[in-house]
Amino acid sequence: MDFALMWESLPKVLAGAGMTFQLTFAALALGFVLACLIASASLSKSKLISVPADTYVYLFRSTPLLVQIFLIYYGLGQFQDVRSSIFWPFLREPFACAVLALTLNTGAYTAEIIKGGIRSVPWGQVEAARACGMSGLLLYRRILFPIAFRQALPGYGNEIILMIKASSLASTITLLEITGIARVIIADTFRPVELFIVAGSIYLAINAVLSRGVRMLELHLSPQLKDTLDTEQQRQRTAVIAR
Amino acid sequence: MNKFLLSAVALAAMALSTAADAQQRTVRIASEGAFPPWNATDASGKIIGFEVDLANALCERMQVRCEIVAQAWDGIIPALQARRYDAIMAGMSITARRMEVINFSVPYGSSPARMAVQKQHRLANWATPGNVERVRMDALTPQMTTAFDELKKAISGLTIGVQTQTIQANFLEEHMRGVVRIRTYDTMENMVLDLNAGRVDAVFGSGANLKALADKGDNVAMFGPGFTGGTFGAGVGVGLRKDDADLKAMFDQAIGWANDTGVIRRLSMQWFGFDVSIN
Repeated sequence: MDFALMWESLPKVLAGAGMTFQLTFAALALGFVLACLIASASLSKSKLISVPADTYVYLFRSTPLLVQIFLIYYGLGQFQDVRSSIFWPFLREPFACAVLALTLNTGAYTAEIIKGGIRSVPWGQVEAARACGMSGLLLYRRILFPIAFRQALPGYGNEIILMIKASSLASTITLLEITGIARVIIADTFRPVELFIVAGSIYLAINAVLSRGVRMLELHLSPQLKDTLDTEQQRQRTAVIAR
Repeated sequence: MNKFLLSAVALAAMALSTAADAQQRTVRIASEGAFPPWNATDASGKIIGFEVDLANALCERMQVRCEIVAQAWDGIIPALQARRYDAIMAGMSITARRMEVINFSVPYGSSPARMAVQKQHRLANWATPGNVERVRMDALTPQMTTAFDELKKAISGLTIGVQTQTIQANFLEEHMRGVVRIRTYDTMENMVLDLNAGRVDAVFGSGANLKALADKGDNVAMFGPGFTGGTFGAGVGVGLRKDDADLKAMFDQAIGWANDTGVIRRLSMQWFGFDVSIN
């Protein structure tokens, strides 16, 4: 194990974190908007609206992200029609293709998470809101979304972590994010074990911070969780003292 | 009595031959299967190509059993060190950089590096100044230097695709950094896909390889001189572990034999359409 090389390449690989964040957060932001639309479409009573939304979710959840990235990047580029279309300046760029693939992928998963959140809102609360005269967007904004968001947060936190890791696949279409840079250094040094340990540790650190952040947001939105946690600790402490 | 003797002889021969079989060493040789015509993968997933035929000829000469295994290019050296196989025959050039980590047999072939664009690109008909065909980086003449400088001017500012971990990639890093934008690919095939999609303006790779792709019908036109020597090393050889001195001796001897008897030239004509042998 070449520790000197690991130490030496840490800052170089770390420089790829910027690209990893750009990819992940661009995709998460766009994907969230998409997911909200898809989730509401999927919950629609009209089959004409819900079936296309469900088909999209089915397609993108049931195929590997690597395949999606390859099809969007190498696949679309094969067609002259695509190359002469107005989308080409956008699709020509590997970054745009990676963000597109990641967005479509996370959009499908997030739509399911949001749907689950909305479904978990107790019907009584919706009825109560209706009784107070709320309807349509007001009902969504005041009652449905806040409760649904709280319910969906643990699942969505999971999705954020998955996306950080999924962004590593962008290295297969020439992008130099954390994994991409690690691969370049491996090409130079023929030391895959050392470099992948470095890259893996960086993902570990990023996700440690992110999952902690999500947990804090969860406690902030559902303070009652904190109370139960505190009383649990209290109880354990008293138990220790009593012993 | 006679019958008995015959069967005894037959038995002994059988025993001997099984003993010889048991003694026959198996040499596992890794290839990429994505670098035609050096090595390629056929429709059934089998690795074929110049190097597969050569490997079989060499193994027959060395009296060992050959087993060709597929290995992705970007892990091909680390997996050799991890003893997943004993040798690499994957169009790999002998370079000082690689010699730091592995050993090589004597070279069995060589192909100059070339630039290529799509056929309709303005550079497809670029005339090399002084009609220089070969730029030898270890023996530069003034004409070669001029041709090289003019080529740099012609491609200045373009995006050039190159396969990762190759002598061509090293060369671009050393001589073209700041002149062109370099984009690296895991395989030659993906690189050519992006050339045809217009995401890169030009690619830089092994001339034999680019010729094979052009022959196959890909939209690839080579231009400018061929590059050899210097960063490009001494030609393509068998990659071996440093501690495998006896295998190196065996390969060296067998490659010498294949060179002298014209086996390499014959296979080369068959797969490349020209002679890649080193003489």
